[in-house]
Amino acid sequence: MTEVKNKYLKLSGLEPLIITPESNFINVGERTNVTGSRKFLRLIKEEKYEEALDIARAQVEGGAQIIDVNMDEGMLDGVYAMTKFLNLIAAEPDIARVPVMIDSSKWEIIEAGLKVIQGKGVVNSISLKEGKEVFVHHAKLIKRYGAAVIVMAFDEVGQADTYERRIEICKRSYDILVNEVGFPAEDIIFDPNIFPVATGMEEHKLNALDFFRATKWIRENLPYANISGGVSNVSFSFRGNDKVREAMHSAFLYHAIQNGMTMGIVNPEMLEIYDEIDKNLLEHVEDVLLNRREDATERLLTLAESFKGDVKSNEKEVAEWRNGSVQDRLTHSLVKGIDEFIEIDVEEARLHSEKAIDVIEINLMAGMNVVGDLFGSGKMFLPQVVKSARVMKKAVAYLLPFIEAQKDGKSSSAGKVLMATVKGDVHDIGKNIVAVVLGCNNFEIIDLGVMVPPEKIIQAAVENNVDIIGLSGLITPSLDEMVYLAKEMDKLNIKIPIMIGGATTSRAHTAVKIAPEYKETVVHVNDASRAVTVASNLLQAETKGSYVKAIREEYDKLRDGYLSRSRDKNFLSIEEARRNKLQLDWDNFTSVKPNFIGTKTVEVELSELVDFIDWTPFFQSWELYGKYPAILTDEVVGEQATNLFDDAQKMLQQIVSEKWFIAKGILGIYPANTVNDDDIELSTFDFRFLTLRQQSQKTAGAPNIALADFIAPKDSGKQDYIGCFCVTTGFGVDEKAAQFEKQLDDYNSILVKALGDRLAEAFAEYLHLKVRKEIWGYASDENLSNDDLIKENYKGIRPAPGYPACPDHLEKPTIWKLLNVEQEIGVKLTESMAMWPAASVSGYYFANPESKYFGLGKIKEDQVTDYAKRRSITFEEAKKWLSPNIAD
Amino acid sequence: MSKINQAIQERILVLDGAMGTMLQRNNFSEEDFRGERFKDFPHPLKGNNDLLSITQPEAVKQVHRLYFQAGADIVETNTFSGTTIGMADYHMEDLVYELNYQSAKIAREVADEFTDRPRFVAGSIGPTNRTASMSPDVNDPGFRAVTFDDLRIAYKQQVEALIDGGCDVLLVETIFDTLNAKAALFAIEEVKEERNLDIPVMVSGTITDASGRTLSGQTVEAFLISIQHIPLLSIGFNCALGADQLKPYLKRLAHNTQLNISAHPNAGLPNAFGQYDQTPSEMQALIKEYLQDNLINIIGGCCGTTPEHIKAIADIAKEFKPRQILETI
Repeated sequence: MTEVKNKYLKLSGLEPLIITPESNFINVGERTNVTGSRKFLRLIKEEKYEEALDIARAQVEGGAQIIDVNMDEGMLDGVYAMTKFLNLIAAEPDIARVPVMIDSSKWEIIEAGLKVIQGKGVVNSISLKEGKEVFVHHAKLIKRYGAAVIVMAFDEVGQADTYERRIEICKRSYDILVNEVGFPAEDIIFDPNIFPVATGMEEHKLNALDFFRATKWIRENLPYANISGGVSNVSFSFRGNDKVREAMHSAFLYHAIQNGMTMGIVNPEMLEIYDEIDKNLLEHVEDVLLNRREDATERLLTLAESFKGDVKSNEKEVAEWRNGSVQDRLTHSLVKGIDEFIEIDVEEARLHSEKAIDVIEINLMAGMNVVGDLFGSGKMFLPQVVKSARVMKKAVAYLLPFIEAQKDGKSSSAGKVLMATVKGDVHDIGKNIVAVVLGCNNFEIIDLGVMVPPEKIIQAAVENNVDIIGLSGLITPSLDEMVYLAKEMDKLNIKIPIMIGGATTSRAHTAVKIAPEYKETVVHVNDASRAVTVASNLLQAETKGSYVKAIREEYDKLRDGYLSRSRDKNFLSIEEARRNKLQLDWDNFTSVKPNFIGTKTVEVELSELVDFIDWTPFFQSWELYGKYPAILTDEVVGEQATNLFDDAQKMLQQIVSEKWFIAKGILGIYPANTVNDDDIELSTFDFRFLTLRQQSQKTAGAPNIALADFIAPKDSGKQDYIGCFCVTTGFGVDEKAAQFEKQLDDYNSILVKALGDRLAEAFAEYLHLKVRKEIWGYASDENLSNDDLIKENYKGIRPAPGYPACPDHLEKPTIWKLLNVEQEIGVKLTESMAMWPAASVSGYYFANPESKYFGLGKIKEDQVTDYAKRRSITFEEAKKWLSPNIAD
Repeated sequence: MSKINQAIQERILVLDGAMGTMLQRNNFSEEDFRGERFKDFPHPLKGNNDLLSITQPEAVKQVHRLYFQAGADIVETNTFSGTTIGMADYHMEDLVYELNYQSAKIAREVADEFTDRPRFVAGSIGPTNRTASMSPDVNDPGFRAVTFDDLRIAYKQQVEALIDGGCDVLLVETIFDTLNAKAALFAIEEVKEERNLDIPVMVSGTITDASGRTLSGQTVEAFLISIQHIPLLSIGFNCALGADQLKPYLKRLAHNTQLNISAHPNAGLPNAFGQYDQTPSEMQALIKEYLQDNLINIIGGCCGTTPEHIKAIADIAKEFKPRQILETI
């Protein structure tokens, strides 16, 4: 064969896409991305794939030549979602005609995507971040699957942020790919990192220019390679000023394309036509992009003011909105969450009203309706709404004495909602958020708090004549509590609709297990933003009938589908599963003898925990989705995330310096061995940990794992060890939260609880590090960054009972007895085995370098029978505790 | 450079014609299909043509022999359905390795009978009867009856046996779903890497109707782009259409690739009785047009073609030079 002269990037869906030097800029559609589109995330979470396909279709119709698909979100099964969505796209010729960009930071999701596209797509992305070996391995497989690849300018040291680092990393990546992997050069697309400019920081001045220069260098020195990037980052410091952002995007693209950028992720709606940019603005923008003058940033910032629409209040603006009518001012305060002038304005409104109650029903509700509309349409985010609620509460509190004086006994709320976290469960952040959001929308809330027994819920519901009951729970036994409550209410012939929510609940569980037990309506509400719509639909006379019927039909259909689903996995018997257990090489195994054996309590200053906080789940609890720190600069939620983060940082400083919470922990490390396959027996105490074994049929060669497989079996003759622990930062949290609630400040009440949870997790991470490096000392030479810790890149694991590797909550009493947890540090277990205070974490320590986190998945009744015998409880009791994991 | 790589530069290589059509002439009964070895097999076996490599090896060898005598340079092994997925219909999954190994071995034996010029054995890798990128259930478009990994594992087993049995080249053919083919190519690359060997690979798709697309919806150009990530000896089309209907798609292929081009069309379209009645000389005339248009490096026949057809094709192919590839493509 003759050597090919011109090598072009060629991609395909059902139709080809060939990128030549003559091609125009290739526009990559960015809306089918759960990290960038709230709507898409919601649709995927709710399994509304039909509507999700509409988004993909609209993009292709709108001119996207490639569609980027991203399913990286903590609560999603990314592999499942990626596979399912791409399979569905394959059935839609008008979408499937374009190539797919499989976008994920997780290799398993990328690989799942590669296994379902028949065309030649693009992987987004790989890099040298985790070292050469992983990079080469992934590149080889991508080549074998037949895809092009985006390579980020990122290496072991970090992300490239200068011209020199960009070209150094791209060159090294290119050489490895072309010379060692044999990757076709034309299938390499570099992303040399687009970073914000005009941030006011000296080191960001060259961000755009360095990108242009690096792009040019790559095109000149790395033959056939292409260039891509996410353009909207560049204008990040002008969030909220679309005029300036659009100009910046166009000018940036103009120069980037001149320098050789071939493709990119661009929102076509955020793009001005280059020639139509105001000449003066263009000059200022290009001064910044090209770093043409020392004062370029300041000049653009000044000019940008004149284009500003919706921005933070400064004095001039305050003066401006304070000039509006009283209604405008009230609405402004509510929408912006400003409480500074609320009492003055409410008083003014009251003087103009016939009755004090009218201020609430007319003026404040008008403002809250605006908030509701903005929230409903995705233009406001949860933290903002909670702040609005705080203003609302203050306004109402001010008016109450006047209302009491004029009372005519007429209730005017939209409806009464009883809220409760069910018996045995102590988690209430989600419930409180829903309560606040409903409260903002004029629902009257009766909050019974946490660990509420069913009798009390029923009694309160009847006595208060409530319209809706909202039940919440986070741990799996709470699911059963909800089923029980529904049954009891049905027996008593109560006719109040129930809303179900909380991390462990699901639409499927609600439809399959709860709804059939109750003649009235049961609805699963998966996030706070939907709660208002659901509650209104349930109560409005016009909509109620059809809504209730629709829900019932939807759940019936879901249940039938669920019960008759053909997805019956193959299972092994427990004996077969044990025969296929993970066989570690015990002959060549030497355990690391712990530096400390026995039990001890641990105390730590809160300040030491701060660095160990994993912030991503913190944002999730506020329904802001995305990875920290990228979420702070996210196109959609970045501004809200940043504000929330600032508030959290401020409170965290107070928590630490004023010692709001007390951190207490206890741990034990003991000699132990595995006996009878699945039990871990302590050598010096009469204690056993019982583990559960995976039973679903695995692909050839893959074992059916149980945690016991990570500990040397007794008959190996090797002495092994196991640890367990409990930590809490929860003492003090409830008291602080109550103080805030007293001040009508739900925002800070929720914030303090969320921070309590984060600190407890951080404590667990901190203690695990201590255990690895010192107390046990099996990884004394470990040196990992915080990022590595969050990604669990360390040796050994700390699985927690009640979580995927060991869903059995009954292991907690064993840990409690062994460590004497309650007496030593005060953390208690509820009847559902939830820990109190809520901000607590418990678990085991496994040191074996082969140990890893896994999900138990579904198990069969034979293992339940076997487990009941080992646990010395009845089959029925075992079944009750393990029910979420028993295959039907 | 392997012998086939060398031969393909020198001349147009002739591939054999239909295996099924020729085996049907024997009118084998259920007993013949079973042979002594499977006389008590609990499921019907008639129609399992691949099995004949074990139960009627002489008949299969005779077909190979007739094609070589007619002038074929390459014969295909009798393994079109030889994967665990294809054999599941006959409950013969366990026999897959042996079927492929024996088929390759007997084709090799016949090839070695001819010493005038190098004769080659191509391991035939069919599409299976399932599609990885389409749902068999119109009401559930996201469902798949087979996954990439199922196919990859099944193909890997077939490839290993074909290589062990002595194939010179692997032919991934009659591709109606590109994702199936990608799984086969993935498996081939795995075997190549694990055994540290290089074996030439031919890829041949099938265009099923006048829309000019594969069954799974890809255009000729998209199909070409989707399977070019591993080194190929040739790319082409076979089956489904006769030589005249196939021509425009071969032209599009030739226009877009520097790879060698193969074609093995059917003997026209089937008539109302499902038979192919294009005569050898009619087919020869059509193939001559391919050759005049500089489209071909490897030429042969698919359904309905016989040694007579292949003789006519070989005779005309001798008169032309292989396709010259334009450097500007």
